[in-house]
Amino acid sequence: MLMTHLPMLPILIPMLGGLLMLLPPFAGVARYQNRRYFAFVLVALQLMCGMVMLDAVIVDPNLMYAVGNWQPPFGIILYVDPLAALMVCLTSFLGFAVVLYSFAGEDRAGRYYHPLIQFQILGINGAFLTNDLFNLFVFFEVLLIASYSLLIHAGAKQKTEAAVHYVILNLIGSSIFLFALGTMYGAVGSLNVADIAQKISSLSESQLLLTNISGALLLVVFGLKSAMLPLHFWLPKTYAAASAPIAALFAIMTKVGIYCIFRVYTTVYGDFAGGLSHFVTPIIWPLAIASIVVGSVGVIVNPTLRGLAGNLVIVSVGTLLLGFALRTPEASAAAFFYMIHSTIASAILFLLAEMIGQQRGKAQDRFVISRKLKNQRFLGFCFFIAAMMAAGLPPFSGFLGKLVILQSAVTLDEKIWVYSALLISSLITIIAFSRAGTTIFWRHAGNKDVSDSPDVTLWQKMGLLVLLVAGPALALGGQYMLALTNIAALELHNVSGLIELMGVGGLK
Amino acid sequence: MELLYVICVGVLTFSGIFLCLRGRTFPVVVGLTMLGYAVNMFLFSSGRLHLEGAAILGMAESYADPLPQALVLTAIVIGFAMIAFVVILSMRARADLGSDFVDGREPPDTRKLVSRINREGQE
Repeated sequence: MLMTHLPMLPILIPMLGGLLMLLPPFAGVARYQNRRYFAFVLVALQLMCGMVMLDAVIVDPNLMYAVGNWQPPFGIILYVDPLAALMVCLTSFLGFAVVLYSFAGEDRAGRYYHPLIQFQILGINGAFLTNDLFNLFVFFEVLLIASYSLLIHAGAKQKTEAAVHYVILNLIGSSIFLFALGTMYGAVGSLNVADIAQKISSLSESQLLLTNISGALLLVVFGLKSAMLPLHFWLPKTYAAASAPIAALFAIMTKVGIYCIFRVYTTVYGDFAGGLSHFVTPIIWPLAIASIVVGSVGVIVNPTLRGLAGNLVIVSVGTLLLGFALRTPEASAAAFFYMIHSTIASAILFLLAEMIGQQRGKAQDRFVISRKLKNQRFLGFCFFIAAMMAAGLPPFSGFLGKLVILQSAVTLDEKIWVYSALLISSLITIIAFSRAGTTIFWRHAGNKDVSDSPDVTLWQKMGLLVLLVAGPALALGGQYMLALTNIAALELHNVSGLIELMGVGGLK
Repeated sequence: MELLYVICVGVLTFSGIFLCLRGRTFPVVVGLTMLGYAVNMFLFSSGRLHLEGAAILGMAESYADPLPQALVLTAIVIGFAMIAFVVILSMRARADLGSDFVDGREPPDTRKLVSRINREGQE
């Protein structure tokens, strides 16, 4: 019973849980302890659910769940392949760490913090699981409206300013998404991803043109979500304005955009799309390189640790798009591994930036000479590992992720671009981190008494360590993880298998 | 009918985009609303335009596609919620930032700047 409804659970648990948290036993300022217990139970349940789903999907790739038992192509289909399961697992893991971290006090700054976090997870999980483009739009809106409210949570002037830009941009993005969907439905007559993939090869010339327009509009929307150049301007400011655990949770949001790019442009506009087959690849190549270049420049010039982390997100988006542009299952597998790694690495950096900022008085996380840190040793150690992870140095997951992407470049042209972009951006990241680390940890003004600085609390340490352990663990279990992402990539590229599973081919 | 419909959607989209590019939050909100209307009409037309077509089987001779109607309903509800949010947010921004500019402050007026520099140069 539970196993048949498994694909629905990652959506149901946060939805019902989040709604319950608005009701009397959990609502109210004084009952924050109840909310904490319940939020912890919910994220733990989601993590378990994600694990079970991943396990089930490895045994039998791709689970299909017809909501309300309306069969495809008419009903809304939740489709779990190893990639979706992997992403749901990653979201739950990140949610777990973020909830733990926010017990330190962030969740008391506003009454609706925990419900909003649950709704955010609901939107993200839904976007990963759905196989219907309009449903994807709905889940995008769910995750967006939760993120709007989380962004201005415990408001301040600078948060409001960032939120205005973020909200307006995303509202325009939603309009473009709907234009794309209307065009798609008008031309193809379906919004089910598998159904479109199957119908697209038998379209007339004019319908093909409309589908092409729709695909291009969708790229704008997904590009905006994933902060692909030239739609990246909102990201560093927004992420720097959000409070640390929320910025850490936002680290997965750009990956939702990347995931959709992988999903839509492999399945719908993939090998079987005739004249439209892989039409975005030549567009993505220069944008990916440009994202890495501009992100790297941002990394080195940004004067704060948060800004640095935000620009690193743009670099990682560029790297993932490179993995997409190579268009082989091996490259996709490499990109998925890097996706997991970079989400965790950027979340760690956002958390660390706040913990460091708390102990440096007015200097916050800016790279200026300031007072000594109170928990110098702990924070320094964590920063060191995080920096090694983010820059891609050997013993950690970043190195492995970059290595597999480098290895998946085959032809000389590809090698020239991929090697130079990735290696130079890594070098720049190392320089930026060494500068940041020296200023923050080794250069301080005088021997001012630091005993009045706030301590790093136990919850903050727990949240951070949960994520920090994942870095070396990803590298240690690298073989297993790579095998997993390989299966995920093969399943993603297996479009005819998806069409067969959905049973939409027979309705022609 | 098609021509009228197309012109309406086009004009609404044009005005929406034009207003979204303005510097103050009020025109931007109005622009977003217009863009929302344009999108809804566009989405509705994706099932082709029918006169006197029922969306339920067995009710009439000709049928309209019911799916775009359902999609539009969803889109209207979502769009309404989002516009409500952005209205409240811009009021909050007006209070927090002390101005109703999207950037939170008046953009530097290049023409004024240039004329001032010229004047100073002459002196």
